[in-house]
Amino acid sequence: MLRYVAKRLLLLVPVLIGLSILVFAYVRALPGGPAIALLGERATQESVEAINRELGLDQPIFVQYLRYAGNLIQGDFGSSVLSRRPVVEELLERFPATVELGFAAILFAVLAGIPLGFVAAKRYQGVLDNTSLVASLIGISFPVFFLALIMKYIFAVRLGWLPSIGRLDITRSLEHPTNFYLLDAIIAGDGAAFVDVVAHLLMPAIALGTIPLAIIARITRAATLDVLSEDYVRTARAKGLTTAVIDRRHILKNSLLPVVTVIGLQTGLLLTGAILTETVFAWPGVGTWMLNAINNRDYAVLQGGIVFFAFLVVVVNLLVDISYAFLNPRIRYQ
Amino acid sequence: MPLLEVRDLAVRFSTRGKTVYAVNGISFDLDPGDTLGIVGESGCGKSVSSLAMLGILPPAGRVSGGQVTFDGEDLLTLPDERLRHIRGNDIAMVFQDPMTSLNPVLTVGRQLTEALRTHLDMDKKEAAAEAGSLLDRVGIPDARQRLRDYPHQFSGGMRQRVGIAMAISCQPKVLIADEPTTALDVTIQAQILELLRTLVREEGMALILVTHDLGVVAGVCARTHVMYAGRFVETAPTAELFANPKHPYTVGLLKSVPRLDAVRKQRLDPIGGAPRDQTSEPTACAFAPRCAYATSESWEQLPVLRELDGATGAAAHRVACWNPVPERDLVAAGIRRPPAEGQSSAGLGEERPA
Repeated sequence: MLRYVAKRLLLLVPVLIGLSILVFAYVRALPGGPAIALLGERATQESVEAINRELGLDQPIFVQYLRYAGNLIQGDFGSSVLSRRPVVEELLERFPATVELGFAAILFAVLAGIPLGFVAAKRYQGVLDNTSLVASLIGISFPVFFLALIMKYIFAVRLGWLPSIGRLDITRSLEHPTNFYLLDAIIAGDGAAFVDVVAHLLMPAIALGTIPLAIIARITRAATLDVLSEDYVRTARAKGLTTAVIDRRHILKNSLLPVVTVIGLQTGLLLTGAILTETVFAWPGVGTWMLNAINNRDYAVLQGGIVFFAFLVVVVNLLVDISYAFLNPRIRYQ
Repeated sequence: MPLLEVRDLAVRFSTRGKTVYAVNGISFDLDPGDTLGIVGESGCGKSVSSLAMLGILPPAGRVSGGQVTFDGEDLLTLPDERLRHIRGNDIAMVFQDPMTSLNPVLTVGRQLTEALRTHLDMDKKEAAAEAGSLLDRVGIPDARQRLRDYPHQFSGGMRQRVGIAMAISCQPKVLIADEPTTALDVTIQAQILELLRTLVREEGMALILVTHDLGVVAGVCARTHVMYAGRFVETAPTAELFANPKHPYTVGLLKSVPRLDAVRKQRLDPIGGAPRDQTSEPTACAFAPRCAYATSESWEQLPVLRELDGATGAAAHRVACWNPVPERDLVAAGIRRPPAEGQSSAGLGEERPA
């Protein structure tokens, strides 16, 4: 198992190298450049060239890449053109916000999606099954940002139940040793702050988690339907076990196998959704940071952010593969 | 009173507006220690009958009539919670395909102990010890070590042994084996049948063996019911059934089995036609369309089981047929040797050739 994990992590190296080349080329293919973004459209040719020279953008692209890669090996992702701060520093500051949001969203999707899909399968073609089918189709086809805006309008603007932006009320002071605000509130032992963090997290997490929720519910339902007609479920019933034991031990454990895979894939997709959700809720995470970087052609930030997202996706999928081995004894990684 | 008394059991399936009449009134008794075979081709309702008795029919199926009395209680009307205590505890089942009847994600030990813990209230340690000795009883080497293994680590024959160990774990009074050897190769089949025979003898369990294979019942069951289109068409002590089959369907089954001791070299003689489309309730002999002996009566009236000659009780030979197969056709088919001194077997009614 350990060797398998090490191998998978080692495979991450070529993935990240390939990705860095693609991203590097891609961000430079965007029209405009940091100089235009900094100086505006009326900038003179000389000032644009001066900035490009300063940033090294006048060099041939492969020279730029080699210099970038050389810095990367030393852990230097470069600096933001706009803030002049190192990318790594900003990333460390912002990624906890995104991870916290993504984790909450997936947690919501899993905790609601699996029971929903399971019950729908057990009541196959019943009212609940059909309702959940319609609801998931709506959930899947609703754009994240639109759902986020509607929720914000209803729950923040109209009803005033939940805060509409940010991670914490600005009047509240909380130490941020980890930048995971939930953890920070626990560390500080501040109950009220914790509640406030949760309240801020609620809407973005639900908005972001809706599509994964719908997909997880659908997959759970399909997998459960398959398992329900398996011979071993009949065997379990013939043994005279209680329905609860059959459901949990014999059905759910088997139907979770495909669901776990989907959770991994959804986590990757979630990150795209995070950019939109973070923007709507002014969430100070990697998503808004990258959106700004796109607008400002902030190459270093964009490269750093995408590589970070890729890293996250690979790690999540590794975790999924590992948990797969625990769920399915027929798979043992050598 | 018999241990298990089945009366007019009927099962229907509803699918897409159609009703399939899977089982159309079967009756039999089972006493402690009895070995009973139910033989018929695929889709004749033999497996469905056993599932119905235990209340574990698939969702589309439902019992539409009859009683199944076990120890004085009608299983078909028992509340599910009470029936659950009988399932696996008093009446247990071995299933056809050992590759799919065991849960792939649970250890064999877990699957063995769960019935013990549910029905016999054993604690974890007792159940594990008992599971080990159960595996040992069904002939699995290194039984105690293998409790931690998963089903995919066992061969087909070994898995079926696990299935049997699971079924006998609570020392049931009735063991229903539904095609227990169909998915196994021939040498393993013989081992599994031998194991079932030994267990039934030693534990004093009653056995219901459901199969399509006459060879399987021949070696194990004292009495055999032949089932066709959801009804019993012939029932007799197994030896009598093989020596003196009366229903054309039984004869057809026997003729389609290759025999090493055939009188002369003959081709196998399969039963022509296809099984009855069961989307209506039978009102005439269901076998008539495939039967060389069918008369107008067969096409119009439903034959019921009637006793042949004088034998009653355990020796009774009953057949549901308007035109039982005559002696000389049995001889011609090589099922019987020609009678030595012109003695004829007593038949039901006159012998009418087709």
